[in-house]
Amino acid sequence: MSAPTVAQSQPVEETRQENWKDNERVLGVAMLLPAGIYVILLVGLPFLMAVLFAFSDVTIGDPALDTLTLDTFRRVLADPNFQRALVNSFIFTIISQAIMVVLANILAAALTRNFPGKWLVRFLILLPWATPIAIGTIGWLWMFDSVYSPIDWIFRNLGLLKQIGVGGQVGILKNATNMYWLGEPGLAMFSVILVQIWRMLPMSTVIIMAGLTSISPDIRDAVQVDGVGWWREWREVTLPLLRPILLVALLFGIIFTFTDMTVVYVLTRGGPPPNATQVLASWAYIKGIQSGNLSEGAATVMFMLPVLLGVALVMLRIARRTEVR
Amino acid sequence: MRLGRIGKATFNYAVIVFFVIFTAFPFYWMLIATFKNSSDLYRPANNPFIFNQPATTENLRLLFNQTNYGNFVLNTLVVGVAVVIITVVLAVPAAYSLARLAGRWGEQLGIGMFMVYLIPPTLLFIPMSRVVTILGLRDSILSQIIIYPTFTVPFCTWLLMGFMKSIPSDVEEQAMVDGYSRLGAIWRVMFPLAMPGILTIIVFAFTLTMHEFIYALAFVTASEHKVISTGVTTELIRGDVFFWQSIMAAGIIVAVPVAIVYNLFLDRFIAGFTLGAVKG
Repeated sequence: MSAPTVAQSQPVEETRQENWKDNERVLGVAMLLPAGIYVILLVGLPFLMAVLFAFSDVTIGDPALDTLTLDTFRRVLADPNFQRALVNSFIFTIISQAIMVVLANILAAALTRNFPGKWLVRFLILLPWATPIAIGTIGWLWMFDSVYSPIDWIFRNLGLLKQIGVGGQVGILKNATNMYWLGEPGLAMFSVILVQIWRMLPMSTVIIMAGLTSISPDIRDAVQVDGVGWWREWREVTLPLLRPILLVALLFGIIFTFTDMTVVYVLTRGGPPPNATQVLASWAYIKGIQSGNLSEGAATVMFMLPVLLGVALVMLRIARRTEVR
Repeated sequence: MRLGRIGKATFNYAVIVFFVIFTAFPFYWMLIATFKNSSDLYRPANNPFIFNQPATTENLRLLFNQTNYGNFVLNTLVVGVAVVIITVVLAVPAAYSLARLAGRWGEQLGIGMFMVYLIPPTLLFIPMSRVVTILGLRDSILSQIIIYPTFTVPFCTWLLMGFMKSIPSDVEEQAMVDGYSRLGAIWRVMFPLAMPGILTIIVFAFTLTMHEFIYALAFVTASEHKVISTGVTTELIRGDVFFWQSIMAAGIIVAVPVAIVYNLFLDRFIAGFTLGAVKG
């Protein structure tokens, strides 16, 4: 606003300003170029290759890109395994993210207050985020073990499951000594969703905390003086102010969950058989990498794109609308 | 629904306790398991949360002496730091350019950058594997250092762009009126103001790198070049035999220091997300 007004009268200043403008354009391109070139070479080109693979019949055994065909898509679509994975991906993403938004909001609100021992509490809550997912998930693999599960041990001692070697006693939840968390379709899906929530909760909470700290304490104080209940306070004051950052948290959650396979792969490999917890990413990995069918693997993942694109466009639009307001 | 002051504090504690149990419960178990005898661990009737038999350091010895764990940790750090440096060098200027210099195109390109981030590694894995082979980088951590910025750069550029937009452009314009060149203004004024944002992308880049699993699994098969996420899950599981206690030790040894560092930086990290909203 302030810079251009100074220069008008003196010609020397004017040339300097033109120079500066030229420089700015050059500078803009020069600063963007390294990242741009890198992304085009190492994301753009591989992406094109993946699209080509999806419209071809390449496999590990026959990697030549010699035919372009729609048959791969037809085969993938007709495959019941794929259909199951597609449905599961939505179940997995929608349920875990819906629960996540609620939990992360409650936790973030609790953590923005001051209380003794806060540092330790924050440390304990950040732990899942600080562990490589694959290793954290292996920890849960033991939690859900069919024989040694510590959760089952607790359940046995609460009388929810049968004690080992005690005759006549009946478990409340189940008449067995173990839950077999990963052995039954419904329970396996529950377990996979639980671990996904566990691993994503710290990040979502931190993002929402960021949103909460940006709400001026004055507003909160004013509302509290008015004596409004917490639900109305949250719905009418916090939520509207928090909406943009809440959407950011949700956007990341959906993307990370919809495209990831680590939790599913480490816990169940998509099972229990045939495909109780199979998701698109894990199915693509099993098809494309383990079975070496590059084209079907690539075609499977292509079905993620419309969803991701749709989610991103909706979110960006809403985010921009709130920005303008 | 109105709670008294004490009622509110109690409720708050109850919420916190519930969440701490949920997030930290597996880690408590991991810590105990690290020092457990196998004969203690493999008895379903034993209390899994205490030592029923004397503790042992045997599992740690196995981890450090009979596996390449030291290498895994070192490789993870080297890859993490290198990826963070590349990410900052590429993303900071790009974000500035998109936020300030690119004008009408900036927004479109910014959205483009974000869309690139939406292309999941699961999709690029197959062709990427080819690229790595062509570059002759198979079985080298260089492959990870070169490929990982594909997911850190777009995301961090997008995040930092939003952050820089929230800083009023008056501050640089004022600096330029005071005689600095554009680059000088960026270095002296913008850079310090953008520091919380840059810190945020450093944390994100390191986290994403440390968590990555699929690329690491595909590019590197030689044991001594593996990172933690693949090393521990492949070297400590032989066939159907899991070295449970050593796996848990491997996890907890990484998790604790990283969580402490995150906790130290958390407030600034949060500032990185909110500065715009607070100051703008």
